[in-house]
Amino acid sequence: MRDVFIRTLTELAPDHPDFLLLTGDLGFGVLNDFIARFPRQFLNVGVAEQNMSGLAAGLALEGHMVFTYSIGSFPTLRCIEQIRNDICYHAANVKIVCVGGGMSYGPVGFSHHATEDLAILRSLPNMLVLSPGDLWEAAEASRFLLDHRGPAYLRLDKSAAPATAQRNEGFRPGSIRTVRDGSDVTLAATGGILGEALLAADILADQGIFCRVLSVHTVKPIDTDTLTAAASETGGIVSIEEHAVDGGLGGAIAEALMEAGVYPGFMVRIGLRNTFSSVVGSQQHLRKVYSLDAAAITRTVSAKLGVSVPALV
Amino acid sequence: MTATTLNGTRQLARRVRTHALHMTSVGGAAHIGAVFSCADILAVLYGGILHVDPTDPKSPTRDRFVLSKGHASAGLYAALAERGFLPVEQLLTHYQDGSDLSGHVSHKIPGVDVSTGSLGHGLSIGAGMAYAGRLKSAPHRVFCLLSDGECDEGSTWEAALFAAHNRLSNLVAIVDYNRIQGIAPISEVIELAPFAEKWVAFGWAVREVDGHDHQALHTALATAPFAPGKPSCLLAHTVKGKGVSFMENTVLWHYRIPRGAEFDAALAELEAQP
Repeated sequence: MRDVFIRTLTELAPDHPDFLLLTGDLGFGVLNDFIARFPRQFLNVGVAEQNMSGLAAGLALEGHMVFTYSIGSFPTLRCIEQIRNDICYHAANVKIVCVGGGMSYGPVGFSHHATEDLAILRSLPNMLVLSPGDLWEAAEASRFLLDHRGPAYLRLDKSAAPATAQRNEGFRPGSIRTVRDGSDVTLAATGGILGEALLAADILADQGIFCRVLSVHTVKPIDTDTLTAAASETGGIVSIEEHAVDGGLGGAIAEALMEAGVYPGFMVRIGLRNTFSSVVGSQQHLRKVYSLDAAAITRTVSAKLGVSVPALV
Repeated sequence: MTATTLNGTRQLARRVRTHALHMTSVGGAAHIGAVFSCADILAVLYGGILHVDPTDPKSPTRDRFVLSKGHASAGLYAALAERGFLPVEQLLTHYQDGSDLSGHVSHKIPGVDVSTGSLGHGLSIGAGMAYAGRLKSAPHRVFCLLSDGECDEGSTWEAALFAAHNRLSNLVAIVDYNRIQGIAPISEVIELAPFAEKWVAFGWAVREVDGHDHQALHTALATAPFAPGKPSCLLAHTVKGKGVSFMENTVLWHYRIPRGAEFDAALAELEAQP
């Protein structure tokens, strides 16, 4: 997703001479082409995310669109007050880009994981929160942001679901994409872990359980209509996120449904439960350890529906 | 600076202090000591340095000003009102239900670009504005007024490193160096000395002035940048609570609200000044 984002930026930079890409000294190797071609639109501000966010606000108040770029929780939690006071309160045209959503940086360790960002960023007024699930969504979200005004957060995952876009489908920010239709249960995922949801849906389909799979590429604002439809048309909702269950996608869905007065048959939030991702391992390994992978999703759904599904190898 | 201008900024400073005294008293607001500390700096900025126009507060060619020590908002609002950015009568709504004049600086007020209040934010924003100005080769300058206490914040020094590395000579930081922070003297909390040397070491061109000497302030601010290719830091040696004898150099008047006999005595002192 990172490469898709940078490629999109590089492609569109000539038409958007006023945007600036700020990095907190990350992006070794991957930004070279952009820097070489658009040196005036690039700025490495050093390992100083608070300053990066304040600078971005100042630049935006002067008419620039600014991307701040770093990994894990560095561009968000490290400088959350600058984002709140300087960017969001001034409705400054700043796009915060996190590469390494969730546990993308697996064995690098929990310090480099972004597992509370969705909850925290979506609580900020004026903030748009995008979390694409596949490469098409990542490219479309990046493209969209170049024409969007105001604060936004783009969470990019190292993993990506296999291509899910339909022919001629347009990207609609603020909506939830129905990637696969079904009526037994809804799997609502955000980020690259959408791939696990699709895999689980395949396994369950073999057992005659048909899942509706939703890609929640926009976590804020949340698309209540698609969620209430899923709650009333399918047996229950499983939210899936590589993120703490507290306040993240599952929280957003539950809030929307409760407030709409539309209650699903059941709801389960799959995500990290009051734990740091402290185990060492690849993103895939960690998904297994923390019960976020396709096997865990399958187990959850079959237990809820009271059916037995052969154990996955 | 002409004698007329000098007299004008002194009068402006006195009016800023008087407004702020009324505002904090009526509204029940803290920080009068911090306002008085920088009242002369604000008066020199708004009385003779900043190119700003109340009829066109968003003019692209204006000088930018960020009051990073946002708790001195009463002083800024008073200066802006005196310059015609808002009605003087509006000042007395400060700190009260439904007012736009919040306890810390609000960009809802014409002439204010940046809301502040949490310390250590302003210099980064100012640096961003200065960088943008340089990209456009714009001649305007960006002034940022900091408290000494907010130099405890690491983000202030992140911004200082950035501004020097990027040679932002259109950026001027003024530090209101009154040596008293929120609840104690700086020497007891986090010592900043040698303060000028720190800014020099961070790559800034530094000058030191008496922060209540209008001529000295004006001369220094008018000549910034102090060195080619460097951001400028003006260390303004000030007295917290300046202008009212019993408020001067006290920790107490960072938070105390001037009321009753104290208000009357303070007002009498300000009115007795030339």
